[in-house]
Amino acid sequence: MQILIYILKRILQTIPLLIVVSLISFFIIRLSPVDPLAELKLNPSISKETLQKETERLGLNKPIYVQYALWAKAFVQGDLGVCSTGESVAGKLKERIPNTLLLTALVILLTWLVGVPLGILAAISWKTPLDRMLTVLTSIGMAIPSFFFAILLLIFAVKTGWFPVGGLTSYNFNEMNLLGKIWDITHHLILPTTVLFTISLAGLQRQMRANLLDVLDSDYVKFARAKGLSEFKVLYKHALRNAINPMITLLGFEFASLLSGAALTEYVFQYPGLGRLVLEAVLKSDINLVMASLMMGAVMLVLGNLIADILLIFTDPRIRTVNSKQ
Amino acid sequence: MKNNYKDTSIIKQLMRDKFTLIACIVLFVIYFSLLFADFIAPYSKDFSDRNMSYAPPSKIFTINENGKFSLPYTYTYKREFDPEAMQVDYKLDRTQKYYLKLFPRGEKYKFLGLIPCSRHLIGVAPEGRLYLLGTDINGRDVFSRILFGGRISMTIGFLALFVLFPIGLLYGGVSGYFGGKVDMLMMRFAEAVMSIPSFYLLIILAAILPSNMTSIQRFILIVVILALIGWAGFARVVRGMVLSIKTQEFVQSAQAIGASRLRIILKHILPQTTSYVIVAMTLSVPSYILAESGLSFLGLGIQQPDASWGNMLKEAQEYINILYRPWLLTPGFLIFIAVLSFNLVGDTIRDVLDPKSKVR
Repeated sequence: MQILIYILKRILQTIPLLIVVSLISFFIIRLSPVDPLAELKLNPSISKETLQKETERLGLNKPIYVQYALWAKAFVQGDLGVCSTGESVAGKLKERIPNTLLLTALVILLTWLVGVPLGILAAISWKTPLDRMLTVLTSIGMAIPSFFFAILLLIFAVKTGWFPVGGLTSYNFNEMNLLGKIWDITHHLILPTTVLFTISLAGLQRQMRANLLDVLDSDYVKFARAKGLSEFKVLYKHALRNAINPMITLLGFEFASLLSGAALTEYVFQYPGLGRLVLEAVLKSDINLVMASLMMGAVMLVLGNLIADILLIFTDPRIRTVNSKQ
Repeated sequence: MKNNYKDTSIIKQLMRDKFTLIACIVLFVIYFSLLFADFIAPYSKDFSDRNMSYAPPSKIFTINENGKFSLPYTYTYKREFDPEAMQVDYKLDRTQKYYLKLFPRGEKYKFLGLIPCSRHLIGVAPEGRLYLLGTDINGRDVFSRILFGGRISMTIGFLALFVLFPIGLLYGGVSGYFGGKVDMLMMRFAEAVMSIPSFYLLIILAAILPSNMTSIQRFILIVVILALIGWAGFARVVRGMVLSIKTQEFVQSAQAIGASRLRIILKHILPQTTSYVIVAMTLSVPSYILAESGLSFLGLGIQQPDASWGNMLKEAQEYINILYRPWLLTPGFLIFIAVLSFNLVGDTIRDVLDPKSKVR
């Protein structure tokens, strides 16, 4: 019960946060000298009525705080307006967000599966050539600009022909059977995942190593060793459980940096994700789309942090006791 | 390590590590060549030969056609259109040799921005062309542009940090010292800024810049934008440190003497965070170099005709370019080398200033 109340409280806390985010983004965008409907006006397939409706809806002839109120009301009701191509913004987001979530979830899963064991390996072989080698390798991973690495992989794909170049699906995707579809998507995902994986692996491995080293230095580990426990038990029963907790807090931040890193990678691979959508929207100064995708990015980020916090309740008993005392 | 911590200087400790030493040398070479870019580059950044678009790197010969050693020389390229393959090829024009000359006269420039000068480090006779790393679409020398572009790419990160750190320090300091409602409001605002995915914020801020700015105005605004992205995270850490510092006795004594709150924050509390600030600065330079290159790569950062390593890579976005004109990728390798060196140096500085931390 107490845990439920804590989770509820935590969810309620995100609401003012999102309001401030929307205020910041709204004023940044509206303070720019760009006419929010310029692109829409240039599009000949957009009728005068749609334009008139958008002007009404955004309240462009009213002061800026009224505009914000109108925007916020529409947003809460789920009306995100139309983009400069005339499609609805909500539909576009619905199409793109799952793709970005698929990519980032896959990358997070892979980095955890590889990064955590590598971090443990480096920590238990501290100051040996193996540890040193892993450090140098992660430094290299951290230093490659994501878009440059993506370009290099594209050259590789074009030269060998082993991988499809760009996109998420092949042109004949709709004719494939289920297995074929799954394989097709996997095939397209390999290169973008490799780029993001290489870049985020380094940070995770280092953090895991540092946490475990810190824990291994603590008194209770020394005590466990003095007690005569096997090294295996000391490591996996005592040290590791404590070293993993800070990593869960990091999960939220990892998600944030992945969203950012994914934007450039999506751009180079022409991957139909949220990052590329924002970029295209920004380049076309499609205000409705920019505003909505900014908010979606923030919502995803806040949700990521929320999930990390909730996970932490289950893995770290200290948080449970602190909250039940309150 | 711990025993001789006090009697060796920081510099000496840095140099003890082989990788760090190499990284320092690499960074020194990079910054040195950027400082003397006008002199080292055979051409200026805007020099263009429209007939030489996408010319490959000049071939330099040291053995002449008779099989004997000779002073290094090069040939110019001749453009030939291959009607069957429908493409332009560059063939060596073997009629005229151009010997490489040390300190030839070339385009005029101001040495270090002060002394008028026209000598360059290396070059060929004015009729010849020396393209060490080929040319770009406008027939501009890639090698020269890398040197001039590096000036922007390698300094923009530092400048952004000099804008960001004072803001972050003051914000975190005030928030932590005042506490209570002020602290809560200020931190909620910082958290909101952090909740916008940073790259989204970056491109949006860059996109609302008006397009009719001079290149210097644009450069300054990009510095400011980069700073706007990073201050919140930094301010949060500073606030955490201030919270623990403000309970210490020297702060209480300053309060007792009657020092103003601003004075206590600026003179007594913030100086305590110096070693963290130095570490955080060296570790965050690379991320700003990467951010600028990403922004310019997308066409939202430094604009043509100015060069930066990011916007030079913009041309590598097309398959044709990366397959047939691999020399266009050089700036990418340079970003990689520079960032790697900064990371290695930053890691070692942290180990030295903060021996307890083991993230390495």
